[in-house]
Amino acid sequence: MDAILFSAADFHVLKPVILLCLFGCGILITDAFLIRNRADRWKNAIPALAAQVAVAASLVQHLGDVRSGGAFSGLNGSMQVDGFAVFFNWLFVLAASLAIVISARYMGAEGEHRGEFYALLLFAQAGMSVMAAGYDLVVLFIGLETMALSFYVLVGFLRDTRRSNEAALKYLILGAFSSGLLAYGFSILYGISGSTNLGEIAKAVAARSEGDLALFLALITCSVGLLFKIAAAPFHMWAPDVYEGAPTPVTAYVSVASKAASFALMLRIFLTAFESAAEAWMPLLGAIALVTMTIGNFAAVTQTNVKRMLAYSSIAHAGYILLGLVAGNETGLRGVAVYLLAYVFMNYGAFALVAALRREGEAAEDIDDFNGLYHRAPGYTILLAIFMLSLTGIPPLAGFYGKYFIFLAILREGYYLVAVFAAIYVAVSAFYYFRLIRACWLLEEGEQQKPAQLDMNFGTRAALVACALLTLLIGIYPQPFIDLAGESVLAALR
Amino acid sequence: MSEHILSIIWLTPLIGMFAVMCLPKENKRLIRYVANGFAVLGMLVTIPLIRGFETANADFQFVERIDWIPTIGAQYYLGVDGFGYIMILLTVVIGWLSIWCGWESIQKRVKEYYAFFLFLQAGMLGVFMVLDVFLFYVFWEIMLVPMYFIIGIWGGERRLYAAIKFFLYTLTGSVLMLLSLLTVYFKHIEQFGAASFALEDLMRVAAFSSADLQFWLFWGFFIALAIKVPMFPFHTWLPDAHTEAPTAGSVILAGILLKMGLYGLVRFAMPLFPAGATAEFTVQAIVVLSIVGIVYGALVSLMQKDWKRLVAYSSVSHLGFCTLGLIALNPNGIAGGMLQGVNHGLSTSLLFLAVGIVYDRRHTRAIADYGGLANRMPVYTVLFAVAMFASAGMPGLNGFIGEFTILRGAFEVNIWWAACAALGIVLGAAYLLWLFQRVMLGPITNPRNEDIKDMNLREILVMAPLVAGCFWIGLYPKPCFEILKAPTAKLVERLDPGYFSRNGLENPLDKYAQSKVATLVKE
Repeated sequence: MDAILFSAADFHVLKPVILLCLFGCGILITDAFLIRNRADRWKNAIPALAAQVAVAASLVQHLGDVRSGGAFSGLNGSMQVDGFAVFFNWLFVLAASLAIVISARYMGAEGEHRGEFYALLLFAQAGMSVMAAGYDLVVLFIGLETMALSFYVLVGFLRDTRRSNEAALKYLILGAFSSGLLAYGFSILYGISGSTNLGEIAKAVAARSEGDLALFLALITCSVGLLFKIAAAPFHMWAPDVYEGAPTPVTAYVSVASKAASFALMLRIFLTAFESAAEAWMPLLGAIALVTMTIGNFAAVTQTNVKRMLAYSSIAHAGYILLGLVAGNETGLRGVAVYLLAYVFMNYGAFALVAALRREGEAAEDIDDFNGLYHRAPGYTILLAIFMLSLTGIPPLAGFYGKYFIFLAILREGYYLVAVFAAIYVAVSAFYYFRLIRACWLLEEGEQQKPAQLDMNFGTRAALVACALLTLLIGIYPQPFIDLAGESVLAALR
Repeated sequence: MSEHILSIIWLTPLIGMFAVMCLPKENKRLIRYVANGFAVLGMLVTIPLIRGFETANADFQFVERIDWIPTIGAQYYLGVDGFGYIMILLTVVIGWLSIWCGWESIQKRVKEYYAFFLFLQAGMLGVFMVLDVFLFYVFWEIMLVPMYFIIGIWGGERRLYAAIKFFLYTLTGSVLMLLSLLTVYFKHIEQFGAASFALEDLMRVAAFSSADLQFWLFWGFFIALAIKVPMFPFHTWLPDAHTEAPTAGSVILAGILLKMGLYGLVRFAMPLFPAGATAEFTVQAIVVLSIVGIVYGALVSLMQKDWKRLVAYSSVSHLGFCTLGLIALNPNGIAGGMLQGVNHGLSTSLLFLAVGIVYDRRHTRAIADYGGLANRMPVYTVLFAVAMFASAGMPGLNGFIGEFTILRGAFEVNIWWAACAALGIVLGAAYLLWLFQRVMLGPITNPRNEDIKDMNLREILVMAPLVAGCFWIGLYPKPCFEILKAPTAKLVERLDPGYFSRNGLENPLDKYAQSKVATLVKE
């Protein structure tokens, strides 16, 4: 073999990942040597944001190349840059930028503001980037673990808070367990096909007969491992505790970016490697989606802590997104992409407000803490109402279009009963989202304690307004976003 | 200008909302003037519509059509026919009066109040003019949000409960409707290969889909509309929402929101799924539910101790008449049903305004707290009597015309339907007259009512247009029937092709078609 180990083309493919790693290491160094003063720690956010700009620039390049010359691969076919990868990378850039922007004030207020925080955010993003573009089991697994390891640390970043420590430990143990299952599934797939390349595996799987035991085992273990990662029922138990314990910006990042990355991985594997076994996994995933929506929606109704409520709601959303994969048609996958895009903005908006709410310096995270917020911050409660309505799926807001495509997709496949359940759960979800609106708008603050206030810096404000505007914009003029999502989906189907 | 008149009509209140939001919240007076100014302006901008509307024209008029989301085939597509036209007129008038009637009674969070009201107004107007089913769904849903806040912030004691109950009930219905409309949408794609949400495109699907499918899709739509109307047994949100809402909210709910259910039936559900609407089970079920609603609503009204709740339950009874008329599926029934919708909007709004007036003075809604009000409030008593008689269906007032036409329509189909419904009229007279007797007549039983003041000029002026409307439709209903004639004929022909020739009636559509040909020839 006289192949060059690392060509310029490989570099081009890996550019976003390399940039993220370099900036991450850079932050570690500058934080250690240049930033002496505790109060200056927020300056670490600047290189982190610069990294996002750099990644965005390379994504623009990638998108241009994909549009003109189609998908291209690197590293001997183990990474593939196509519309799908680029779309998901855009989601990660958005999610990471928002996380960076809302972190500065929050971590400062919690007294845990360190440079590593931003470095870890970038490392996690590098892992996700690999997950979206990987076309090889080993590469995908490395991406997944890079992301997961960074998140274990980020979740436990509030070292003096017991809930945060507990969350990190739980996440680590269950995450490691699910990664193990997934690795097991990957090894069976390798056994079946003798290759780690997804394309080769797809051919080998297609050649297998129906009801093949090895294939069945691989399917089950891979599914369980991935369902853990997206927090689908009955593998969702870790999510509420982790979401509640983690620093709020990290919660937002986990719930949006890690979920999107896991869905990217799931779509890649199920639509390439397991594509020919679709008849086996569709009913399985369909049942899981239904159970996930049921548990997520009904459990969210009884929560009193906002972060837990949003955690259960994000479980319910995972169920909806999963339905898009179950339908398996173009509309459904477009729905997945639109849903995830809308979810970035509406969920970040909600979490940014939760992160900013404090009572006498303590984070205020109960629904009751929002009581009468309208009188103190009318503008922000309007934004909160927009996010909640969008999460419910009220048109014309961004969240509606995700549900629209997914409903349409499952109706097309003739799953009428599933559609009816999914639709009625929208009304259930309205109940708990409206509890927050009710607290802000309809209730008055209690008199026994000082009311909670929003504590925001310029970055948080800008992030909130941007999220709200985009939620509205995607709602009122969704055309370009739907087309962008459609483009990425077609790449995954081919 | 006049080609965009529909956009102007629904955007005017929306602009008003933004204007109100920009005002300082301390200056309540200014906010009231601006909001009421926009409400009046909202009426004035309908003048070109009234001048340009051709009643004989059976097609949609003032059509505006622009692509909105081409990928999925959703368009910004507006247009009106008689059904939409009459509802738009009702909406601008009742919307204006309801904004006006809160002048004194709303003192807290004035700015948001008017912002939500104008937003609601824009949403309601949108519903009555869209011809794109996707956009219809958007307007239909978005309108729930301001209503939730209006009930929840300015409502009575149990406002929180009533607000979320209203929202969840209606939302559950609407998501089922969404599934129905998505199904017909992709059937259209399968059949014709093009994505479109335009009403006339989706109507073509009916010819290619089985009666069974149409039946289910109709019911998906119908449940949403039945919740909105509301029909028995989907009515349980109504007494709470109407009772707890502030006066203006009740007026809007009764006057316009309930009419959306009727309008949705004649505009979307029936034409989209004719086989579903005319299926034997559907007709039987709706007739039975309507009659049960008429009688049950009236009986429950008889039992009420709360004045406002009585009026609320009377809506269930009256709307039963409307749905009975619509499902008779003949011109009299449908025209009567829609007209009765307008009538109910006028008379029940009056009744709610009347309750609001004494509530503002005494802050109680219990019937037992009143009695002998006629001694202190003569003007009020007279206006209330007009509203009551209009609602009870006294000849010479509007309710009589509507109920009579509906009964005629029902009679043409089945004499028993008419007979059972007529029972509702008797009961209606009973609970209304008994109410009148208890609160107005006799000596003053409660000493705290001794110094109660009669209506002031503003209150009289708010009620006056509605009273005039009651008399106008009661004495000279012809213009309303003229407006409803063409769309009704079109709907009947859609549901039951050849109805007019079979029954030896003159089809108004033929006349219009001839006149159209004549003008073409002339040119």
